[in-house]
Amino acid sequence: MAKGNTSGRQETAAPAIAHPAIELRGISKAFGPVQANKDISIRVARGSIHGIIGENGAGKSTLMSILYGFYKADAGEILINGTPTTIPDSQAAIRAGIGMVFQHFKLVQNFTVLENVVLGAEDGALLRPSLAKARKLLTQLAKEYELNVDPDALIEDLSVGHQQRVEILKALYRQADILILDEPTGVLTPAEADHLFRILENLKREGKTIILITHKLREIMEITETVSVMRRGQMTATVKTAETSPEELAELMVGRKVLLRVDKVPAKPGKTVLEVENLRVTDDKGVQRLKGVSLNVRAGEILGIAGVAGNGQSELLEVLGGTAHGLGVIRLNGESLDLTGKHSDGQTRRAKGIAHVPEDRQRLGLIMDFTAWENVAFGYHNDPAYQRNALLMNNAALLKETEAKMGRFDVRPPDPRLHAKNFSGGNQQKLVLAREIERNPDLLLIGQPTRGVDIGAIEFIHQQIVRLRDAGKAILLVSVELDEIMSLSDRIAVMFDGRIMGERLPGETNERELGLLMAGMDGKAA
Amino acid sequence: MDRMPKWADALLVPLISILIAFLISGLVILAIGEDPINALQIMVTGALGSSYGWGYTLYYATNFMFTGLGVAVAFHASLFNIGGDGQAQLGGLGVALVCLLIPWPNWWTALIVASLASAAFGALWAAIPAWLQAKRGSHIVITTIMFNFIGSALLNYLLVNVLRPVGSMDPATANFPAVTGLPHIEDVLGLVGIPFTKGTPANVTLFIALAACVGVWVLLWQTRFGYALRAFGKSEAAAKYAGISPVKITMYAMLISGALSGMMAINNVMGESGRLVLNSSEGAGFIGIAVALMGRSHPFGVFLAAILFGFLYQGGAELALWTTIPSQLITVIQALVILFTGALDNLVRIPVEWMFRKYSRRRA
Repeated sequence: MAKGNTSGRQETAAPAIAHPAIELRGISKAFGPVQANKDISIRVARGSIHGIIGENGAGKSTLMSILYGFYKADAGEILINGTPTTIPDSQAAIRAGIGMVFQHFKLVQNFTVLENVVLGAEDGALLRPSLAKARKLLTQLAKEYELNVDPDALIEDLSVGHQQRVEILKALYRQADILILDEPTGVLTPAEADHLFRILENLKREGKTIILITHKLREIMEITETVSVMRRGQMTATVKTAETSPEELAELMVGRKVLLRVDKVPAKPGKTVLEVENLRVTDDKGVQRLKGVSLNVRAGEILGIAGVAGNGQSELLEVLGGTAHGLGVIRLNGESLDLTGKHSDGQTRRAKGIAHVPEDRQRLGLIMDFTAWENVAFGYHNDPAYQRNALLMNNAALLKETEAKMGRFDVRPPDPRLHAKNFSGGNQQKLVLAREIERNPDLLLIGQPTRGVDIGAIEFIHQQIVRLRDAGKAILLVSVELDEIMSLSDRIAVMFDGRIMGERLPGETNERELGLLMAGMDGKAA
Repeated sequence: MDRMPKWADALLVPLISILIAFLISGLVILAIGEDPINALQIMVTGALGSSYGWGYTLYYATNFMFTGLGVAVAFHASLFNIGGDGQAQLGGLGVALVCLLIPWPNWWTALIVASLASAAFGALWAAIPAWLQAKRGSHIVITTIMFNFIGSALLNYLLVNVLRPVGSMDPATANFPAVTGLPHIEDVLGLVGIPFTKGTPANVTLFIALAACVGVWVLLWQTRFGYALRAFGKSEAAAKYAGISPVKITMYAMLISGALSGMMAINNVMGESGRLVLNSSEGAGFIGIAVALMGRSHPFGVFLAAILFGFLYQGGAELALWTTIPSQLITVIQALVILFTGALDNLVRIPVEWMFRKYSRRRA
């Protein structure tokens, strides 16, 4: 269906065949009773950028894993350039011209760019000829596609954006014609993302076919020509991007109307709840992660911290939440907190009225092997309400409370005896939120509130945060999603390299200015 | 993905593992020219066929319950305490000192204080590795192994140079006073009218071990401390987020673990031999690891696994007595059981899981 409209404008590399680059026919895949992919058919036109969008667990990754030979489909057919192809493993996928750029890069940290590119695709036992060949190709690719990377740099010294380019180069070195990118912009600054999109446009112009998997509607609208929407293992629609809108796509993804903007009234900030002065943190390796951070949050407002991951936001939350030590001054309601001593732990912070929804809920916020009710007591297991007497815990009361919390926060399935690992990302997050928000804290620390959470749950989580703000509580929000920061925050502080680069009001700034601050450049100079 | 039901995980998988271990043991016995069926018969009748056999089986099982519980508690805190043997030997020292140095009016006062002393000495022997782990990051596996040797050497020295009665050639303490002798199992069961053969080493300690199983269950799943301990064991990073102190949990978990292993001494030192001999624990500390592994670190599982290993010990002794099967082969059988229930767990688990999935899908 899409082949006519794209092949027409390819004048350079597109061969004159009318077949789509990839065609999937009736692909199905089940894991036990879970039908991850159900009768999926899709045609990706040669030389186009095709978006695949869907919530977490919709089956996008499974489908791409089938295409890349990680899973074998239970039923269905794969056609590459019109030829039926079986892809039993990733080697076969590479031979068929498919390259994959994973969300989590698969690079050897202490190898150079060149070595990583050649790794697994060496021509012979001796490395030198392969490396020389790769070097030549890399220089050529850098020119053609704006894929500049220093071939002799070590991966560990490269920024995330450059590491991603190495992944793309790896695929191109293996002569990939079809490039699959899984959530490629999750770790990039807006500027880096723009650069990536330019690279993708260049690749397309050269006749490469690109499949972009993402949950960000904005990216789909910006760069793709065709978009396929997946929901619960099925392909619900394939539409031309020009003929759709973000609202329609969101509705197709979730199956109901979704509010994309956060609905909130202007903040009514009260007295200052949190004051941070000249906070410094040095990690185990001796690297200074926070280099003198000062900020304050008032009652009834949300301070959003924007920034690319790894610029000190995590450490800020950790020190405030009591999981790491720091130097400087933190005052809560005017009272100085112990930052290094006996009372710098999470228990004490909670007792003082700080609740913490950690960035990594699976590693910190929950014990995945504990049941839901056990997790509701997590961090609060010394609460007198959960004790039957001096010796025993009141597990029955906990179970009952969990049931009520699950009802109020719409956690599904509402079974308190289920282990945390058996809930979806969104429901896990709701469980953590129910635990932390219902403590009615003076200050809520919340990191990446909607990472790995589906659109339907995002709406709910945002509402809960705003409700807590309207109840007159102070909220410190850390997120790498600029959209989220822009729509939730009453004030925005941008972090770069362990420092606050500046503060802006959401109404008086834009993504471009914030993006520059996130990259360490002063917004005014640009 | 649905998983197999709980009962299959807890009972079916170990049961199949044991069957495979026995099957291979049978093949080994066949290979050395003996009759495996006959061997099995001897083991079963010898260990379970009479109350005399049961007495020994339960005596061994009591030892293994203590050491198994000790390892299990540490496991829940994600600590691998290999030092159960040394802790049990030190527990023996505590029992011996209490029984020899204090003139006791009756057995039960002696038992209470001896229990406390054995627990305290066992805990003490776990405390140093625990402290090194908690404060210095020295790996607990290495330090507890080393403390087995240190404990063994210490007892060697004490028994030869300090505690050996004058004129004795035997590196052992004097016999404990008769008043510290513990009631045997036939005395206890006699009270409720159950007849039981005299002359087995099983004694009242069995009931303390059973109480310890219940106690550990309550501790782990019904108390705040148990909650914190399990949370720490599942994820240290998350425990830190919750404000659970890693140092505290590591220390207390190891103290409890050591105390439980140490308490084994009231069974073998006070209840059976009535004096402290060299290497009193006879490797029960190591069997405790297998027992905890097989019992999935659950007190009830530890109880069942301890009975199984008690059976293997007693049945093995009978086998050596009545056949020409060398006693080393008993060790082979025990090793096979440990291998299949502990190390090769997935060998059975994965096919069983697969079968359950297949079955449930057909039904659906």
